[in-house]
Amino acid sequence: MRADGTFIAVEVSDEAAADAALAAKLTEACPVDIYAQATDGALELVERNLDECVLCGLCLVAAPQDTVRVIKLYDGEACLAAV
Amino acid sequence: MRFFEYEAREVVKRAGIPVTDYGFTTEASEAKQIAERIGGPTVIKSQVLTGGRMKAGGVKFADTPEEAEAHARDILALEINGHMPRGVLVDPKAEVAQEYYAGVVWDGTRKQPVMIFSPVGGIDIEQVAEEQPEKVGRRHFSNILPLSDFEAKEVIASTGVTGSALNKLVPIVTRLAKLFVENDMTLAEINPLGQLKDGSFVALDAHMDIENEARGRHKKLLADLGVGDEETRQAREATPFELAGEEVDATDHRGVAGNVTEFDGNLGLVIGAGGGSLTLFDAVRAHGGEPANYCEIGGNPSVAKACGLAKLVLQKPGVDKIAVMMSIVSNTRVDIVARGVIKACLELGYDPAEKIAIFRIPGAWEEEGFKILEKYGVEYADRSVSLNEAARRAVEKIQGVAP
Ligand code: SF4
Repeated sequence: MRADGTFIAVEVSDEAAADAALAAKLTEACPVDIYAQATDGALELVERNLDECVLCGLCLVAAPQDTVRVIKLYDGEACLAAV
Repeated sequence: MRFFEYEAREVVKRAGIPVTDYGFTTEASEAKQIAERIGGPTVIKSQVLTGGRMKAGGVKFADTPEEAEAHARDILALEINGHMPRGVLVDPKAEVAQEYYAGVVWDGTRKQPVMIFSPVGGIDIEQVAEEQPEKVGRRHFSNILPLSDFEAKEVIASTGVTGSALNKLVPIVTRLAKLFVENDMTLAEINPLGQLKDGSFVALDAHMDIENEARGRHKKLLADLGVGDEETRQAREATPFELAGEEVDATDHRGVAGNVTEFDGNLGLVIGAGGGSLTLFDAVRAHGGEPANYCEIGGNPSVAKACGLAKLVLQKPGVDKIAVMMSIVSNTRVDIVARGVIKACLELGYDPAEKIAIFRIPGAWEEEGFKILEKYGVEYADRSVSLNEAARRAVEKIQGVAP
C-alpha cells in the first residue's frame, strides 16, 4: 500500500500491512499519527497526516527491513534511510 | 494587561502600602452606604480603563451620602471614550498637605525596572520631568537580586526630600518596587501619593499593568481580583482576522502560529523567532513596505498550523505576496515551515514561487527546507543574508522593483 501527500509518501509492503502486530507497532511508533489500525487490525495510512512526517525514521526501525519506505517527494523520491 | 484603579489599589494595599478607606461598587445605593461608612466628604470615581475621567465628568465630589449616591448613578451611566464604567470607587476626600509621585516602570532598553520618584505629584510625571527635571529621581534596579531600602532612599533623597518624610517614603517606594517585580508588572504607579496633614502617607490613586504573558503565573491574584481568563483588556477588540489567527494557533499544541495583529498593507508576513518578528516588522516598514499583518511563528508548529497561518494571511484582502522570515532558528524546523507555507499556496491555487516574496529561515533542517523551496522555485536566503536585507528584498519584490 502507498499513500502520497504533497511532500511525503509512505509505502508499506502488502504483507507488512496485513500484519496486525506490526500495524500496532507502527501506530505506536509514529509521533505524528501517520499509521493507524483498522478495526480488523490491518494497517491504515492516515493521508491528512502524511506531510507532518518529521523524518524521524522510527517506523523504519519498528518494521522489518525494506517493508516500509518513507519517500521525500520533493527530493526526487529519495527514500529516508533507516537509522 | 491593565488593572482598574480599584484593583490596583487592592494590590497596593496587599503590599502593605497605606491606602484610604475606599470602597468599590457597581450600585449607586451601595455607594451611599460606603459614603456613610466613610462618614465625611467623598470622591466618586468612574472605573474605566481610559484616561480623561476628570474632564469627562467621571470624577465628582460629594459632601453627603445622598450626593454620593446621585453622583454614582450619573457616573455609572456615563460612557467615557467609548468605555462604560466597570463600577465606581468611593474614596474619602483626603486632606492632603502635599502630593508626591512614586512609580516603577519596565525599561525595555536597559531590560531592567526603573523606580521613579517625585515630590511633585498629581500631574503626569512626563510633565514634571520636562518642567522641573531636578524634581524627578530615577534609578534602575535588578529584578533578580534582592532589593534594598537604600536604593529607594537614594532616589527619594535625590529630589531633595529629607527627614521624617524621607523615612516614611522609603518603605512605600521599596514595597512598590517589590510588588512590581513579584507580579511581573510593566507599570506600577501611585499618583498622587498623598501626604496628609498629620505627616502620614497614603496612596490616593494607582495605575498598574501586568505583563500579558505572565498572567498564568498570577492566577491567584487575578482570581482574587475577579479578573476572568476571558478578559484580555486589549486596547481594542480583536478583528475577525485576528480571531481567526487565534483559532489557527489553537488547532494543536505544537509550537506557535498565531498572535496575529491586523494592519492594512499588501505584504503578508509569516515571521517569528524570539523578537525577530518585531525586528522584521520594523525592517519591512523601514524599507517602505506596508505589512498586512504582524504574527508569530515558532517552537516547531505542525505543518498544518504553519499552513493555516499562511493561508489566513494569503487570503486577507489586499495581500499580494507573503514574506516568510525568521532569525536563525534552532527550535523550529525550516523544512516544516517550508512545507506549511508552500502547501498554503498550493491549496489556494497559487504558484508558491509567485506568492512567496522571500523565504529567509536558516537553522534546523535547513538542507531539507531548501530542497523543498528549490523544487517549488521559491526564492530563499540562508544565514549569510541579514534579516534587514531579507526584508529589503521582500519589499523590492512587492513593489515590482527588480532586485
Ligand atoms: S519517519 Fe517518523 S514521522 Fe515519518 S512516518 Fe516514520 S515514524 Fe512517522
